[in-house]
Amino acid sequence: MNTQASAMSESPFESRAAATASISESQRMYWLVRRELWEYRSIYIAPLAVAGVALFAFCLSSFVGIWEEPLRLNPAEPHGPYDMAAGLMMLTGVVVSVFYCLDALHGERRDRSILFWKSLPVSDVATVLSKASIPLVILPLLTFAITVGMQWIMLLVSSAVVLASGQSVAMLWTKLSFLRMSWLLLYHIFTAHALWPAPVYCWLLLVSGWSRRATFLWAALPVVAIAGVEQIVFHTWRFAFLVGGRLIGAAPTSTSPGMFPTDPMTHVALGSFLSSPGLWIGLAVAAIFLAAAVRLRRYQGPI
Amino acid sequence: MACIEARGLRKAFGTTIALDGIDMRVEEGRILGLIGPNGAGKTTALHAILGLTPYQGELRVLGRDPWRERDQLMRDVCFIADVAVLPRWIKVSQALEYVTGVHPRFDRAKAEGFLAKTTIRLGSRVRELSKGMVTQLHLALVMAIDARLLVLDEPTLGLDIIYRKQFYDSLLNDYFDGNRTIVVATHQVEEIEHVLTDVMFIDYGRVVFSRSMEELESRYLEVMVRPEQVVEARALKPMHERQAIGGSILLFDLKLEGTDLRNLDRQQLDRQELDRQRLAALGDVRTPSIADLFVAVIGNQRGQAQASVVQPGQAQGAAK
Repeated sequence: MNTQASAMSESPFESRAAATASISESQRMYWLVRRELWEYRSIYIAPLAVAGVALFAFCLSSFVGIWEEPLRLNPAEPHGPYDMAAGLMMLTGVVVSVFYCLDALHGERRDRSILFWKSLPVSDVATVLSKASIPLVILPLLTFAITVGMQWIMLLVSSAVVLASGQSVAMLWTKLSFLRMSWLLLYHIFTAHALWPAPVYCWLLLVSGWSRRATFLWAALPVVAIAGVEQIVFHTWRFAFLVGGRLIGAAPTSTSPGMFPTDPMTHVALGSFLSSPGLWIGLAVAAIFLAAAVRLRRYQGPI
Repeated sequence: MACIEARGLRKAFGTTIALDGIDMRVEEGRILGLIGPNGAGKTTALHAILGLTPYQGELRVLGRDPWRERDQLMRDVCFIADVAVLPRWIKVSQALEYVTGVHPRFDRAKAEGFLAKTTIRLGSRVRELSKGMVTQLHLALVMAIDARLLVLDEPTLGLDIIYRKQFYDSLLNDYFDGNRTIVVATHQVEEIEHVLTDVMFIDYGRVVFSRSMEELESRYLEVMVRPEQVVEARALKPMHERQAIGGSILLFDLKLEGTDLRNLDRQQLDRQELDRQRLAALGDVRTPSIADLFVAVIGNQRGQAQASVVQPGQAQGAAK
């Protein structure tokens, strides 16, 4: 392919370009994502810190529980604490995503480093996509991995405590269908916390690439304004609930008997989720916001 | 193929005209100094060349349209658009890794070689480095890229003289090889004077002066004239006059009729030589510095703009 390209090009520098090793788009994307993780270390530090604190609290309650009956483990619902842990991690993911998105295209303009990034052969499309991949792919994966790791540690701690109190761990290990919980978690994170809120995250990215200062204000203001007008005119809160529901991941992805979608009894409704117009409208809006962000970055310089 | 070719390059920000019809042609292998007062349009011109801003008019850089084909262009073009634009959070080693990861023409070993000559450690973050060191780091990264065109916009602004000198020395010794083209925009003319092959002055968005250094040396000269001979010297129509200790310094343009230096006839050269001798009789003759030439050219330009308001004779009288 290279020889063909150099044979076709007339100018000397194009043949030189073909001669040097080229870099594939996937390789470039890998470095762009690594760059984001270098800059925004909170992407992994924040979930790890929350997981650490939650684990500490869980250990504390387990040890205190030794003297209590029956170890605070409800035999009917032994996965309760595990669901709680997963919910906490997902909430952390949402918070980190929001703050990341609000700064992603603003920080590089604020510290003028955009002039350095733009001096390298990386397109605006690749840059914006790499930044969008953080809330849509990287953080969901991280949240999943950290949650599962955390749940394993919780299981081991519980087992140790149960054994120490002279009881059998059989109940814990048989009633907790770990694999199913993990699978449900992965499904839930990617549907309800990546695909469903995609338009919100892409909106935040767009605003961070557009506003000169106070990105949060500019991102929230239109939402508040629209909600306010709606309330005054129609006396309803539909828009506010729509945006809020997207952000917290209130998506029709499954039906669960309990409070948490990681409850093993949850019934996954992938088909109806994928055929819901809300999902596709949301993704289309997200794509429009991303395209606008790409276009904007072409014109933007340091602020 | 010309490295940069612009015709009627225009750019306006609202009602402010930043570029007012720039024509320029930079051949490959040249080192062009772009010099102009603040707000003259240097940065805008460079941003147009780098595809950072849309423009009107014709512009080709390495045969490409910089705005439409920016992504491809950036494989062959590199730039330092300001002092210290490296992100403060990045580690030196991360910067090396990242550029290696995304730039097909980056030679990491070369960059590490440049850094080894400095006191910059690979484990440091940019925020821990001094401004001079950040510039050294940026230069090391840029020089390790095998680019065809390097654009520098005030790369040494605010650095001390030692860093500034080092910057241009390593650029000339370790980077420039006669095939690459370099465009430098700066105020600090003195340090780059000996580096340049061409010089261009920009004012109010227009090119007001564009010469090669050879032409500049053969055409312009400066004479230090004692007070008693000033009147005689003025009769030879200097383009600029300034006062110095012990006399006046008069700047002359020994303009030849044809602008093409290759097709000069004998007569013209003789006449220029005669002028030179007459001036030598008046005092010490030397080639003017770019800075002095710049002041003369820009001063005259702006003087002409005001000529309708103030008579030239009055202006001269006031200057005395």
